[in-house]
Amino acid sequence: MRPSVMTPKSLYLLRREFLKLGAGSALALSLPAFARAKVEHGPKLAGVTPNPKFALSDEKRNSFEDITTYNNFYELGTDKSDPSENAAKLQTSPWTLSVEGEVAKPRKWDMADILKSFPIEERVYRLRCVEAWSMVIPWDGFPLADFLKKHEPTSRAKYVAFESVVQPQLPGIKGFAGIPFPYVEGLRIDEAVHPLSLLVVGLYGETLPNQDGAPIRLIVPWKYGFKSAKSLVRIRLQETQPPTTWSQYAPNEYGFYANVNPDVDHPRWSQSKERRIGEVLRRKTLPFNGYTEVASLYAGMDLRKFY
Amino acid sequence: MKKGWLVPAAFAACCLPLPWLALQLARGELGANPIEALLDALGYTAFTLLALTLACTPAQIVLKWNWPIRIRKLLGDFCFFYACLHLLTYVVIDQGLDLAGIANDVVKHKFIFLGMATWLLLLPLAVTSTRGWQRRLSYRRWKRLHRLVYLAGGLASFHFLLRFKTPRLETVLWMTVIAVLLIVRAVEAVRRRSRMIESS
Repeated sequence: MRPSVMTPKSLYLLRREFLKLGAGSALALSLPAFARAKVEHGPKLAGVTPNPKFALSDEKRNSFEDITTYNNFYELGTDKSDPSENAAKLQTSPWTLSVEGEVAKPRKWDMADILKSFPIEERVYRLRCVEAWSMVIPWDGFPLADFLKKHEPTSRAKYVAFESVVQPQLPGIKGFAGIPFPYVEGLRIDEAVHPLSLLVVGLYGETLPNQDGAPIRLIVPWKYGFKSAKSLVRIRLQETQPPTTWSQYAPNEYGFYANVNPDVDHPRWSQSKERRIGEVLRRKTLPFNGYTEVASLYAGMDLRKFY
Repeated sequence: MKKGWLVPAAFAACCLPLPWLALQLARGELGANPIEALLDALGYTAFTLLALTLACTPAQIVLKWNWPIRIRKLLGDFCFFYACLHLLTYVVIDQGLDLAGIANDVVKHKFIFLGMATWLLLLPLAVTSTRGWQRRLSYRRWKRLHRLVYLAGGLASFHFLLRFKTPRLETVLWMTVIAVLLIVRAVEAVRRRSRMIESS
């Protein structure tokens, strides 16, 4: 029997990391590295129109630096500072986004075609991470509904599955990130076509930085951040509920719906409050992250059960 | 061999994380969420010192080094000092003195419970770490009381493990270190007992 038959892949990877570490680097572990990667700006996006409906003008936007140096993107590493430090390792060109499954018109998109086909608007959204911090971010993108409509979903399209990139040179992919890859997420079709759901290609009017999920990512602002999958390579419409990475990894900690809900705690910490990055005292977390217009999507559902 | 510089040097080394953190805080190098970074760094320092405190006796058993025992009390006291700073940062800054919220956290979430329990275990050990208390309690009882540090090491390891959404390599590594240090003691205790039985 080959050893790989007996050893789960994650254990094998963990062991390999151990061997790589060696005794010397154990010492280095005691000096956590805090240095922030230098902030790099990308090319400007052409023709971005601010959408006044989503200006969120009474809330202070987080800085470009905050948004690009404090990230959860396990493909690029598990520390908050890893994605910005390893950003250059993600190859975003050429890039293909494939739309398939229960659609009349499946298509493999080139990024340039996407940028040409959809008018890009700026929307300022709150982002609430499951780890109880939040930011206010000016995204540039277009409604997911408009994108999906182009492919003519069939009547059997009840769910939308999202798949993120896997590139062998990424530190999280070749090392040990703890979760399996590719990163997969999913939405119910009515959630996906809700006017708030966005496909994002930019930030602060610039091409989306790699650490924030370049070249194209999902943003669903009333759900915890992990639902908004980054660096998408595949969107699949299907009849059954797709598996999602975190809810498979720890079903008691992360649900399929993952709507922001101050009344349902994470098993390890409270979700009733959050720290807005840049502030000291925590503020109250709002149901659906303040986007209460989505509540009707869940009428009659017990959101304690479907967390 | 007397090494007069050992204790002052260890004292200085244990103080170092404070100016290091203050400098990084002042220069804005703790990142977008400095409170979280501070909380992590203080907890990490306390945990490292706990591991070092637990390493003194195994160093004597395995490496025949006697000098670590001379700084064991110092390491233990500094461990408690950083554990206090860690706890204060959580209570005052992170939670903004929301005592009801903290109580809820401790009762409902084992991650917080484990951290709090570790601190509570360290408290009587720090208070009785002096020679005076050693005499007052009698060495036998003092030693028995201070065995609580083994439990503190175990609880702190699990607190550290639960800090992250997935088990981190460094956490698993540190848990292994704590486990090895405890196993060395256990093996030595068994050996000593069997030697006593043989000689009696």
